[in-house]
Amino acid sequence: MTLQQRFGRYGGRYVPETLVPALEELEAAYERYQDDPHFQAELSRLLADFAGRPTPLYPARRLSERAGCRVYLKREDLAHTGAHKINNTLGQILLATRMGKRRIIAETGAGQHGVAVATVAALFGLECHIYMGEEDMRRQELNVIRMRLLGAEVIPVTSGGGTLKDATNEALRDWVSTVESTHYIIGSVVGPAPYPVIVRDFQTVIGNETRRQILEKEGRLPDGIVACVGAGSNAIGIFHPFLDDAAVRLIGVEAGGYGLDSGRHGASLARGAGGVLHGSFSYVLQDEDGQIQEAHSISAGLDYPSVGPEHAYLRDSGRVVYTTATDDEALAAFASLARLEGIIPALESAHAVAHMLGGPRVHGFGEDDVVVVNLSGRGDKDVYTAARALGVGL
Amino acid sequence: MNPMPAAPGQEGGPGSVLTALFREAGRPLLMPYATGGFPDPAGCRRIIDTYLAAGADIVELGIPFSDPVADGPVIQASSTRALQQGVRPATVLELAAQAAAAGGRIVLLSYLNTILALTPERFFAQCAASRVLGVVIPDLPVEEAAELQATAREWGVDVVLLAAPTSPDGRLERIARAASGFLYCVSVTGVTGMRDRLRADLPAFLGRLRRCTDLPLAVGFGISTPAQAAEVARVADGVIIGSRLVRLVQEAGDLTGGLERDADIARYLGEVRAAMAAAATR
Repeated sequence: MTLQQRFGRYGGRYVPETLVPALEELEAAYERYQDDPHFQAELSRLLADFAGRPTPLYPARRLSERAGCRVYLKREDLAHTGAHKINNTLGQILLATRMGKRRIIAETGAGQHGVAVATVAALFGLECHIYMGEEDMRRQELNVIRMRLLGAEVIPVTSGGGTLKDATNEALRDWVSTVESTHYIIGSVVGPAPYPVIVRDFQTVIGNETRRQILEKEGRLPDGIVACVGAGSNAIGIFHPFLDDAAVRLIGVEAGGYGLDSGRHGASLARGAGGVLHGSFSYVLQDEDGQIQEAHSISAGLDYPSVGPEHAYLRDSGRVVYTTATDDEALAAFASLARLEGIIPALESAHAVAHMLGGPRVHGFGEDDVVVVNLSGRGDKDVYTAARALGVGL
Repeated sequence: MNPMPAAPGQEGGPGSVLTALFREAGRPLLMPYATGGFPDPAGCRRIIDTYLAAGADIVELGIPFSDPVADGPVIQASSTRALQQGVRPATVLELAAQAAAAGGRIVLLSYLNTILALTPERFFAQCAASRVLGVVIPDLPVEEAAELQATAREWGVDVVLLAAPTSPDGRLERIARAASGFLYCVSVTGVTGMRDRLRADLPAFLGRLRRCTDLPLAVGFGISTPAQAAEVARVADGVIIGSRLVRLVQEAGDLTGGLERDADIARYLGEVRAAMAAAATR
């Protein structure tokens, strides 16, 4: 085995035996194709011609004035389907076709991953089933319609709180039953090995582009990079190529929900404890008996009671500093970015923006410091939620 | 905590109490499952007593978990209900201790996070104190098992490993080498729950396992009719029945205070036993 299974004590492969051979098959396929020039050429072509990469690195002048430092936005919201999720789904669909799998399943929270999966399944003519919590289907109705238009079957999940955790349980149950014909496209840097490594690698295109672009524009590396963290794929994608650059401060922003002390949040790194959920050992929101607790966030994509194992490792090592933004702070940032820059961000990404809008007392950067915020997705899907919460006329 | 010391010969492997149960019986064992604390702790205790009176050789008792990914809808619903009733791991260990005191042989089914939250050391110590013979951990593949097995062995408890029809021969060998007590052979590709038919390759799957181990092979997942139990009894050393029994509990009304439910369970297990016995003598 040459792929990394653990990040320190985190990660691993805690799944029913039935799935282990499929994970080994996926690992072997990825080991074979990750350096294969034909595979990489096909992926690069699709990322450029289909997904619209590279996405711009945009100097946000008016946001910078408000934040008190020089803020660039990495515009993943401009990638096809409206978020960074397409980077991973294009990579994984190429693996699936090479493994001869004709059926694709996935879980989705905000629906951005589900849309990205439905999109690549349509592109390759594969059967596609998306598991989505009933609560999430209600608050992200637009994405449900998009998935159905793209030919995917959206399967409502009613168990638990009807959110991302429960959708992931159902996708795993489907996979245990259909593993011989089906590939499961996990949407974030979670799950059993090798998923956290594979999803990370496909998402590092964000950080690699950012590095090139900031060197072109500024002639130097940024002083900081800020990204929201639910399960953590957009954050790992932009952080990873900078991990060895000690002078670049890396900041992850978790969902503070109604506040950490309310008990209703999605901040597994801030308030979780070591545990196993969905196949890997990481920080998990749980009670003293190890029962998994429901997370809460106004953004469906951050509404998850665990986090990728590599984030757990980076938290413990101190290389990445993790903080939180509440629902209210994210909503205010959502509205501010729309007015300041003409960009409506996803509520998930608005958590990262909120950290910068807190000003120097919160983010600690000086006025000449250059900070990149990963704008991981666009906010069309959130307009109803935000309009209700902000009292904007519909 | 004042745990009982492990008795000699209880350290797992060929010396394990579980292994000996299969060997001494000389026939396939009947192993019904109950979700611990379902429909409520008192009802669960009566269900276990009913199992034992109906000739259960080993009772598998599940610790309810919030996110049981190896379980189908029937056992999921029973776990959710038990958790809503306030059932905790300690509740299930207490039920196990009571059943063991009444002469029952108990194996627990626990998802890994339950064990980690309590710490493996305390979990297995409490298993030993409750006279639990083994623990099935459905989300623990052999690669991740060694440390837990070592702790369990100190307390004389077997960690029961699972083998699946999708496991290639090399993995089956590795699982068989690391196993103790018995092997839990998953009879279907999928989660727990009733099936119309079992996998056609079940005898071939067990044959592949027999070539790597002489440990007893118990088959579970998907067995619901007496005919299916008989089919499995022809090739396996133990027949595990879960969802069908949990369904009987779910379907029972409250009007008779559980009497009708227990009669249904006893009748069903009687039919299963008869079918298994007929299959074994054939």
